[in-house]
Amino acid sequence: MATMEPGQRAVITAVTGFDGTIQRLMSLGLVEGAAIEMAGAAIGGDPLEFRLYGCGVSVRREQAERFLIDLSEPVG
Amino acid sequence: MANGAEIRIPVESLSGNRRKVVSIAVVGTPNSGKSTLFNRLTGLRQRTANYPGVTVERHVGTLRGSGGAIELVDLPGTHGLTPHSMEEAVAVDAVFGLLEGCEPPAGLLAIVDASNLYQGLYLLQQLLELGLPVVVALTMTDAAAAAGAAVDAERLSERLGGVPVMSTVATTGKGVAPLVEQLAALAERPPAVSVPGIWPELEAVTEPLAGETGIAPALFSRALIAPDSAPAAAALALVDDDKRSALARAREALFADVPAQAAEARARYAWARDARAAVLRQQAASKTLLDRTAAFLNRPWPGTIGLFLVMLAVFQAVFAWATPFMDLIDAGSASLAAASYSALGGGMLASLVADGVIAGVGSVIIFLPQILILFLFIIVLEDSGYLARAAYLMDRVMRSAGLSGQSIIPMISSFACAVPGIMATRVIPQRRDRIATILAAPFMTCSARLPVYALLIAAFVPRQSVGPMNLQGLVLFGLYAFGIVMGIVTALLIRRTALRGPRPAFALMLPEFRRPNLRTVAFALLGRVKVFLYRAGTVIFAVAVLIWALAYFPRLDDTDARAAAFVSGLPAELDAGARAAATADFQNRLAAEQLEQSVLGRMGHFVEPVFEPLGWDWRVSAAVIAGFPAREVVVAVLGTVYAVGSEADDATLADRLRASTWPDGSPVFTLPMVIGLLIFYAMCLQCAATLAVIRRETNSWGWPAFAWVYMTALGYLGALLAFQLGS
Repeated sequence: MATMEPGQRAVITAVTGFDGTIQRLMSLGLVEGAAIEMAGAAIGGDPLEFRLYGCGVSVRREQAERFLIDLSEPVG
Repeated sequence: MANGAEIRIPVESLSGNRRKVVSIAVVGTPNSGKSTLFNRLTGLRQRTANYPGVTVERHVGTLRGSGGAIELVDLPGTHGLTPHSMEEAVAVDAVFGLLEGCEPPAGLLAIVDASNLYQGLYLLQQLLELGLPVVVALTMTDAAAAAGAAVDAERLSERLGGVPVMSTVATTGKGVAPLVEQLAALAERPPAVSVPGIWPELEAVTEPLAGETGIAPALFSRALIAPDSAPAAAALALVDDDKRSALARAREALFADVPAQAAEARARYAWARDARAAVLRQQAASKTLLDRTAAFLNRPWPGTIGLFLVMLAVFQAVFAWATPFMDLIDAGSASLAAASYSALGGGMLASLVADGVIAGVGSVIIFLPQILILFLFIIVLEDSGYLARAAYLMDRVMRSAGLSGQSIIPMISSFACAVPGIMATRVIPQRRDRIATILAAPFMTCSARLPVYALLIAAFVPRQSVGPMNLQGLVLFGLYAFGIVMGIVTALLIRRTALRGPRPAFALMLPEFRRPNLRTVAFALLGRVKVFLYRAGTVIFAVAVLIWALAYFPRLDDTDARAAAFVSGLPAELDAGARAAATADFQNRLAAEQLEQSVLGRMGHFVEPVFEPLGWDWRVSAAVIAGFPAREVVVAVLGTVYAVGSEADDATLADRLRASTWPDGSPVFTLPMVIGLLIFYAMCLQCAATLAVIRRETNSWGWPAFAWVYMTALGYLGALLAFQLGS
């Protein structure tokens, strides 16, 4: 998820590692099957902002790397 | 599937309370428009208190038209029934009816933001398992429709097993009247039932247990997912040993590979995704000006520059707009004090009223203009969704100080006053990060430090220019920067030592920008100002009266006689003006003499040896001691102790300070001593109100004690170094 460019859409395919912050992000809706859109980043490229079904979530690069995505899947 | 009608959280008091007020909890995700709708439903019929033992505010209001029979409780926003912060924990415990001293809810008003159905449905499905009657209010349906995602309320209701779903626009009041009708009849409705098939593995455990015991399935879910939580404990206390061990076994089998929270998120969001797709009617979206502005501000550089401009505007407003009002209050309380002193005919009572009570009240309300403006800006920024964005933009910077972006607002607020700054730390989820922020906040230069800085800089820093800058301005800037640096160093140190732990987590929702709602802002402003007056005001007032007493007692007994003798001894050829001036000067000298032999003056003499290495004489020591409970009194005490009167202007006082000498004739106020004194003021935690707030917010005496000792020691060492190295 950390490699996405602003405007790109993808579907989360796997979440790796379950520390507290990852679990928190999951309970905000970043789970397998969720469609996301990369919206941008703060100065210096961190943290990142993703759109998740109309709401924005801020994720640090460090955590974004733990979410695997598929860019080819159609996004709903 | 258990029969819904039988499922109730067995709280003995419930039936007994039926005849009294019916309590409905208002639950929703943060930023779902919950408070705006709550204000619509209750109007001015609401009150604010604190939940017992925590600093989370409890908003209760009476449903309009219910004649006081139905009350609504606006719970803090939460994303689910597994809490991640103090506020979320309160919301969860409240819906389960587990908060001490709070009525268990007879029903729930579930708030779902129509433009954020995904997260709304995640929370909603959990609320349906509570075994309570539920009515759903869709909020911001206008915004959702404009964004091209209208929600089909009827289909949503079908998906939720027939729970009523009401579309509303709280800002205009659309849909509020039918919602009020629904709420009025809510307690008589049958309890909502869990939607089957969301998480079959969990339901296989909880539903049979719920059917057997008549306890809501949500309690058993908590026992499985969050075994350390209060609801889990309540569930376990209600069942026998067999069921307890069955639950423990089920827990092991269910969550062997994946943590419970992660498994819950996977199962429930899968359902939320499907349900959302089924009830949305996609339409053409129209981009508003607000959307385009938001998109622009989302880009890194415009966003960051915008944030600095916003902060600059807040600062400008807090200091520039408030000044005329503060001057007015200052002048008003001074003339009121003088008038009441003469009206009461002098003496102790008159002095208590004028110099203790009126000056005390004055020293509280003088902060109100700044606090009001600061709160107004914070609430507007919060309500428009900008605060979250500020935290996002500043996260990287704050991370270098061992904090997260969420610490930025408390820090900025603390430049006006540390009390609202520390109150604003409640949004920080982890206790460690929260306390580190609380300890750093009082280092920010608050507005009460400014008068002391202004006096000393004007008196002792030469008015020369350094390049395009003025030296006086540079020193003031240096003091601000020094405070920021020391705050950051403190946060870093404390995060490396006593509060060592994983780096602050950062998982933040970035809500859409929206126009702040006037009613919501007004209600929030009123509530926070009340809290400030109550928390800080009472302390500041008590301190003012205490300082008055220390300076008043014991009395010199011959002052009146000496004043009379002085007046009669004045040469007859003096005109009235010179006579008055001479008398006033003598009165000021008498006041200084009185102060020297008062308890405060004696304390100054007593501690002089402690402060002598810093180059302070008893007068400065006495003023510093007087400033410990509230630093803003220092200038007034210096005025009295240097016999120019407590209302003297800075120039008069500055002349007197410059002329002040040790018994051997050498000046007291040398440049190293003044720099030391400035450092002392920049560091020292001279504010009982801040200590009281730290005590409340950390729920311990240890942290305020630590903060006080640490900051006082820093101030002393700094002043010592400056004086000894400079002399």
